[in-house]
Amino acid sequence: MQLNSSFLHNRRTFLGKTAQGLGAVALGSLLKPAPGQAAAQQGMLGSLPLPQKVKRVIWLSMAGGPSHLETFDPKPKLAEMHGEPMPESMTKGQQLAQLQGQKLLCFAPQHPFAKFGKSQTEICALFPHIGSVLDDICLVRSMTTDAINHDPAHMFMNTGSQIAGRPSMGSWVTYGLGSEAVDLPGFVVLTSLGKGGQNQPIAARQWSSGFLPSRYQGVQLRGKGDPVLYLTNPNGVSREQQGGDVAAISSLNRQHAALVDDPEIATRIAQYEMAFQMQASVPELMDLKGESAQTLELYGCEPGDGSFASNCLLARRLAERGVRFIQLYHKDWDHHGGLKDGIAFKAQEIDRGCMALITDLKQRGMLESTLIVWAGEFGRTPMSQGGSGRDHHNKAMSVWLAGGGVQGGLVHGATDELGYAAVDKLTTVHDLHATMLHQLGIQHDAFTIKFQGLDAKLSGVEGANVIKEILA
Amino acid sequence: MTLSFTQPTLLLFLLSAAGFSAPPAVPETIEFNRDIRPILSDNCFQCHGPDKSHRKAELRLDVREAALEKEAFVPGKPDQSELVKRLHSKDIDEVMPPPDSNKKLTAHQKALLEKWVKQGGQYQLHWSYEKPVKASVPAGANPVDTLVAKRLKSLGLQGSPEADRRTLIRRLYSDLLGLPPSPAEVAAFVSDKQPDAYQKLVSKLLESPHYGERMALGWLDVVRFADTIGYHSDTPRNVWPYRDWVIKAFNDNKRFDRFTLEQVAGDLLPDASRETRVGSAFNRLVLSTEEGGAQAKDYEARMLTDRVRAIGAAWLGQTTGCAQCHDHKFDPITTKDFYSLGAFFADIKESVIGRREDGMLVVSETEQAEMTRLDGILAAAKKKFDAIAPQLEAAQKQWEAEQLAAAATGVALPELAKDAKPAEADKKAAQLAAAALKKEAKTRSAKEKLDLQTYFRTRVTSLFKEETTALAAAEKARKSYYEPLAKCLVSETAPQARTVRILARGNFLDDSGEVVQAALPHYLPQPKIEGRALTRLDLAQWLVSRENPLPARTVMNRLWKQFFGTGLSKVLDDLGAQGEPPPNAALLDWLACEFMDSGWDVKHMVRTLVESATYKQISVSNAALTAADPYNREHARQSAFRYDAELVRDNALAISGLLAPKIGGPSAKPYQPERYWENLNFPTREWANDSGEGLYRRGLYTWWQRSFLHPALLAFDAPSREECCAERTRSNIPQQALVLLNDPTYVEAARAFAARILKEGSSSPEERLNWAFQEALQRQPRAEEVKTLLAVLEKNRAVYAADAPAAEAVLKSGQAPVPAQTDRVELAAWMHVARVLLNLHESITRA
Repeated sequence: MQLNSSFLHNRRTFLGKTAQGLGAVALGSLLKPAPGQAAAQQGMLGSLPLPQKVKRVIWLSMAGGPSHLETFDPKPKLAEMHGEPMPESMTKGQQLAQLQGQKLLCFAPQHPFAKFGKSQTEICALFPHIGSVLDDICLVRSMTTDAINHDPAHMFMNTGSQIAGRPSMGSWVTYGLGSEAVDLPGFVVLTSLGKGGQNQPIAARQWSSGFLPSRYQGVQLRGKGDPVLYLTNPNGVSREQQGGDVAAISSLNRQHAALVDDPEIATRIAQYEMAFQMQASVPELMDLKGESAQTLELYGCEPGDGSFASNCLLARRLAERGVRFIQLYHKDWDHHGGLKDGIAFKAQEIDRGCMALITDLKQRGMLESTLIVWAGEFGRTPMSQGGSGRDHHNKAMSVWLAGGGVQGGLVHGATDELGYAAVDKLTTVHDLHATMLHQLGIQHDAFTIKFQGLDAKLSGVEGANVIKEILA
Repeated sequence: MTLSFTQPTLLLFLLSAAGFSAPPAVPETIEFNRDIRPILSDNCFQCHGPDKSHRKAELRLDVREAALEKEAFVPGKPDQSELVKRLHSKDIDEVMPPPDSNKKLTAHQKALLEKWVKQGGQYQLHWSYEKPVKASVPAGANPVDTLVAKRLKSLGLQGSPEADRRTLIRRLYSDLLGLPPSPAEVAAFVSDKQPDAYQKLVSKLLESPHYGERMALGWLDVVRFADTIGYHSDTPRNVWPYRDWVIKAFNDNKRFDRFTLEQVAGDLLPDASRETRVGSAFNRLVLSTEEGGAQAKDYEARMLTDRVRAIGAAWLGQTTGCAQCHDHKFDPITTKDFYSLGAFFADIKESVIGRREDGMLVVSETEQAEMTRLDGILAAAKKKFDAIAPQLEAAQKQWEAEQLAAAATGVALPELAKDAKPAEADKKAAQLAAAALKKEAKTRSAKEKLDLQTYFRTRVTSLFKEETTALAAAEKARKSYYEPLAKCLVSETAPQARTVRILARGNFLDDSGEVVQAALPHYLPQPKIEGRALTRLDLAQWLVSRENPLPARTVMNRLWKQFFGTGLSKVLDDLGAQGEPPPNAALLDWLACEFMDSGWDVKHMVRTLVESATYKQISVSNAALTAADPYNREHARQSAFRYDAELVRDNALAISGLLAPKIGGPSAKPYQPERYWENLNFPTREWANDSGEGLYRRGLYTWWQRSFLHPALLAFDAPSREECCAERTRSNIPQQALVLLNDPTYVEAARAFAARILKEGSSSPEERLNWAFQEALQRQPRAEEVKTLLAVLEKNRAVYAADAPAAEAVLKSGQAPVPAQTDRVELAAWMHVARVLLNLHESITRA
């Protein structure tokens, strides 16, 4: 893989330019930057070894571990065996969470399935909107993961490692490719909350840049309060006053730079300018007033409701502005009990938003350049927990992909007849990461950085395979 | 957004990978450790190194005999050597490294290997496993300068001139205290013509209680000190006394060997005391979980590996983590070494899953005496109560039976009757009791039993009032005294140690692995201990034994970074094969030897570094020097770098006059954006700011929430401390600007600084500016700066004169009171000037 040979040169050139360019920066130009004045963020990879099928990723993280058995993996046999013991041959000596050492009984799927799309694929009837765009979706029913508790499983899904301190995938991608966004971060995270279920905590490490420089960390956009931390001016300070202070800071910094020849100063001047621009661009981004009634209707959301659907709409707006990696968390999928009602709530909350995002991007001609991934951190047991729920499970889960270069209407892989373990075309989290990088034009096993002596990769040291069968 | 790499490792990686730097000439004499090992390690050891399970063609290149046995090369004869042939082969099945490894050697690297074979293909023990040798240096000169100068001379470079006095004192204050000097201190130092003025200043700073705070920063990162458990719910635990112990250890100049013993085995020392036990909290700083469904075996393995990594990072400079699943690919550490090292900690008493215990009381003698007295009262009350308890229980049983009988006829507890109007607390107690009553006695939970008992004893029966009241009062008195007392998790040996097995591929479910006992890494010098099992105390003693070549080097390498910006070996956490052989190995070795010879005297080493001419050089580079040594690895100048996160805060608070100089105590909670913790759960939490002093403590006292570290610290690269962190990145990102401009801490600091400027800084705007510059930067402003800032002042004065509510609003930031009888418009306008000063690059940079 070729590294951007002009990476450092660019930095120097840029700094050289800004040192002069900003020499003339005055309040006026800070307040009204000329179009195209700000530069996009460059990545460390130069020419890509693979064709770049998609420019960006929207990753829908269903936090808590959605049950594949009530979403995308129909198991009539499990219904037949409801209440009977699970075959011991399947479960013996296996990693279980709360069910460890307990009596293991089959638990029937709690909602009916229905057929959708040209291929008449069966998915849970709770998801008719997703069903309506199933021809654009590639279902993977054979996903597996290594971890079985929420926190390590999230870490594994986000960083390819269960040990804290590794960069998350959004950081890897922006580190490699940079971002086309001029006044927004390249990696943005949004979270939404559902009702019911258990709101499992999510640590900020899930979008941390780990050992990469912190400019690659995910920036969380919040629904309430400051959308970006510390974004708003102090009370009693207008935008014009703020601009005046920033201009003065930069002016003094430039005078200092003339004496000490430190390239960090030019960078700092540029970062103050960027921060000041973000103070305008982020509120503009978050403001859905300009969206048409049809669009709001499509998503089924109201501006400012903080819903998953609203975040889907924001994801589209971020994609339009060139943001490279957009990650949406929707919480509450942890159904140890009350699964039947819980999953119905979840379906209501996400079904329409997912459909709307796909439809909206498609209408705007952006779906082909976007990769959408829907995934939890693990699946759930076919065995009952407490008679109304399912425990964590890492041997089987369903995920789906949509967008550029992915074969819509396809089902890839399968679990056994009870949905306990993936048995056909088994795939791993590392494979999923490798596939995502592949679509972005990155060769996953050559995209490395030295960390603690190792060529660390997002796709892990154990080896990973691009899931070629699902690609168009 | 601009490109702003400042992490040296990354830069060098990019440089070498992209082949920017012109390759140096192939040296006359090849040195294995300097020239060859890095190439072999990075490109060959993965398949031909220490890890036998992944070895290809049964060939290993890390041991000369093994390589020769497989005829990898013929010493002295490159043209007959398979290794050399393979380097140049055009056949994709033959060429090494193979194309699918994505590794590629440069022409320079190939030339080095070829010449090495030609010169006989000699090996050396890896540099950091050799005992450090103390170079002899001429008496009188600072050995640091002698050894730096030697390198510079060989490279044809010259050192830079000494910095001016203002720069020197600012540098020393930053590096030794993390606080700015006052203008008076700077003036006194600038005019002190005594030859020992500098030494006196160093002595003064080494005696300051803030020295320990400054030194603690790096150590707290390395040992991953934090106030919370890390995983999942990330709930609090009691460890802050350990932080204070670290500060005190540096202030008291505790010998580093003793510092080590107390942390690893403070409970096992013959003279173990409360203090040494607090030090042993080190072993408890691991991540833990309270997640339901977490498996003990899983977290037992996580904690073991966490501890081994910590020892590796803090003392050994070894990346041990790989050996959790397989023998290390680059260094000789095996999986067995890894788990045997972990077995040293198998004795530690702790619950693997769930809430941490309160920990040991860390209290004064008076407090301990009071605690003992209250315990005594409680015991006496309990004894009296126990005597009557059977009668009380019988009475309760009878009452329960009556209630159940009554319930059948519809009569409930009086507080719950239809027309009753009980107080909320009474109603609640009755509801709990009623709920418990509904259950069969056998099926009641412990809490339900207690609810029912409490209700009966306090609200129903009149029997034995004296005994029950006395007991309740004694319990309450003890509890309310106990709760606010300082406590700390400490190490203690459990009666039964955990069994430690080698986990194949790290899989905790696999019980088939060999059971291992505590043992030291096989490839490092071993003490002779026979006839008994090794303990943590043995491990601790080994870490600071004269025979162990790693810890003194590791610690001195980190110390060097604190004073010069980059380690002598630039990869601070890896002195192994994949790290960097230090360009100036003689210097690192001299420091390591001197450290041990001096009796592990940290202050002595700090003094040696900061009193060197190398340290006192200017940090401003010139074109020639930058070209010759772009990353300042040879120290022909000093380096300028941004303050660490905590010091950015400390500096602003100090200049504003708000800083609370108190040392130690429970962690503080300064302003933090609302709902920043909204993604935390079990339980959900909202950050509550401290008030008063707690808002103005130094950064290192900030509550360290691992999963959501305070965002102002995070923006300036403070690590979450979930893993040991030997080296922080130094980034330059827009969020830093947002913090310094808009975080209430900094707005308030600007306002308080403005109030000082108006009160203390004379009366004309120019004089006030002079005064403000002295406070913030200890220099006079330049004419151009005055012009810019006077314009800021005038513009904002006009804005606030026309908009009084805006002035009021800006003055409301923060809890510090606005001085009475201050001109509000003037103060608000000066707030902007102060803000500009606090935001300057110069204000957050150590030069």
